[in-house]
Amino acid sequence: MPEQRRIIFKHIDEPGYTNDIACYLRNGGYEVLKKAVQRKPEELIDEVKKSGLRGRGGAGFPCGVKWGLVDRKSGKPIYLIVNADESEPGTFKDRYIIHQDPHQLIEGIMISCFANNVKQAYIYIRGEFPIGARILEKAIQEARDNNFVGQNILGTGYSCDIFVHRGAGAYICGEETGLIESLEGKRANPRIKPPYFPAVLGLYQCPTIVNNVETLCHVKHIAEVGGEAYSKIGTPGNTGTRIYCVSGHVKRPGYYEFECGKVTMGQLLNEVCGGPRDGRTFKAVIPGGSSAKILKFGERYKGKRKIGADMVDYDWGVEDVPMDFDCLAMIGTMGGSGGVIVMDDSVNMVEALANINAFYSHESCGQCTPCREGSLWMKKITTRMVHGDAREADAALLKGVADQIPGRTICAFGEACSWPTQSFIAKFGDEFKNYHLTKKQEKAPGALELV
Amino acid sequence: MNLKPETFARIDEVITHYPVKRSATLPLLHLIQEDVGFISDEAIEWIAAKLELQPINVYEVVTFYPMFRRKPIGRRHVKVCRTLSCALNGGYKVCDRFKEEFKTELGQVSPDGEVTVEFVECLASCGTGPVVMIDDDLHENVTEQKVTELSAKIRAEAKK
Repeated sequence: MPEQRRIIFKHIDEPGYTNDIACYLRNGGYEVLKKAVQRKPEELIDEVKKSGLRGRGGAGFPCGVKWGLVDRKSGKPIYLIVNADESEPGTFKDRYIIHQDPHQLIEGIMISCFANNVKQAYIYIRGEFPIGARILEKAIQEARDNNFVGQNILGTGYSCDIFVHRGAGAYICGEETGLIESLEGKRANPRIKPPYFPAVLGLYQCPTIVNNVETLCHVKHIAEVGGEAYSKIGTPGNTGTRIYCVSGHVKRPGYYEFECGKVTMGQLLNEVCGGPRDGRTFKAVIPGGSSAKILKFGERYKGKRKIGADMVDYDWGVEDVPMDFDCLAMIGTMGGSGGVIVMDDSVNMVEALANINAFYSHESCGQCTPCREGSLWMKKITTRMVHGDAREADAALLKGVADQIPGRTICAFGEACSWPTQSFIAKFGDEFKNYHLTKKQEKAPGALELV
Repeated sequence: MNLKPETFARIDEVITHYPVKRSATLPLLHLIQEDVGFISDEAIEWIAAKLELQPINVYEVVTFYPMFRRKPIGRRHVKVCRTLSCALNGGYKVCDRFKEEFKTELGQVSPDGEVTVEFVECLASCGTGPVVMIDDDLHENVTEQKVTELSAKIRAEAKK
């Protein structure tokens, strides 16, 4: 079985490890911050650039590059927002970091704030985590009491505070500009970018960095070991570790941390997660949160990939794909937020898509017509299909609607809501094509119900 | 606005967290909903005045975010996750069982006034699905048997 390498989740689920500061300090907590504030901020930014760290929120954008884009000459305050609004179905890593190791996050935030001369940080946490919000508030207060947060931190003259801001159940707040609008007290309608990215005009029209919880935890470890050493973890271009959240039809669902790209889908699902349920076989997997394109077991993915200076042929089944950003992109899907949703042969793919479409139509902010109308239309089609009212043209219509959305909306939600439909039809077209011939039948006892 | 003194104190404190008052809209809505149970017209107007906004600015926020309610709910709020990972492991059955236990329909106050059962989108605990949140507490790997136990507990607590 491949060995886990727990960096971020080192103490998660460790017996006796608690979320209060005394426990964190006993385990060497805030030592990295103490050293970091003695360094030059530019050096810390350089370390993050050297580390090759890619954001763990979904897009995989290099963190050092994001920090490098910040407008430092405007004279306006720079804000850091921690995106703890992890709402992508299938993803659940933030919950455990926040509940069990909040100080790791706070230390990462403070190092990042110091590096970027941020005086005010906000943790935007999902509304569904009321206890998580209270844990964070308590942890921040403990950190203030110990002078790791607040005025004149550790006697350096540097001051920075953190406040927790609760969302209220809207998925779109995970999109960074929607999040900023929400933090400003408005509807979370994403902003058009380009031309203005948050790094230039973000919160209150000031330069703003928005980073994911897991990303900021990695910053702490980069500051600890140095960018160079960190970049040796994982694979080139996909450095560090990655937390994979596995859910659905495996024997041992849960969260597992591996070096990026050092574990294949097959190892993860069969060896680590115990394989399919008894008497079942794997049918499909969504590798990076519900918006990522679905993969079909039994299919082969062929092409050429660059390894060092050479171009090498690859011919993979789903089980052979290394779980990193680039390899998953090569086979037409994405690593996204690390949420792996597994479906076995008991699943009716039309029902599974109807479930996903219900989610995205509910969560569209409604700002752009293709997304607002398209997501609802796709939901209506898949819902009527599973209710036995399918029309002959439905599969083609569904694909037609999905194809009209991506690239025509302000934010990436357009892609997020259309990719599932496009990929389900591309991979499981047979199940959709003749659905009108399947009239509504009584479900067998114990059959899945997804809609 | 009739609120507990500690709610007023927290409202005044939370406004200081932001350089622009409007940012306190969501926190104020949460605080008032936790205190009163829902967001009334009066609350919308009160928040608008407090944050120097127009009532429409607050109203548009209330109607955008699913967690804010415009009417009271039962004494306990049962939120069942509807999304794929939970559904794959029986989330729909769990929801149906809760409805049967309290003889209620989604989004309604049950006839005994005890609960409001709702389907919600992803509760971010997909690895332990199906999950249910009762008020602030998360319950994981919920089976139909566990629904019976949780329902009995809710009823027992109501009688106290």
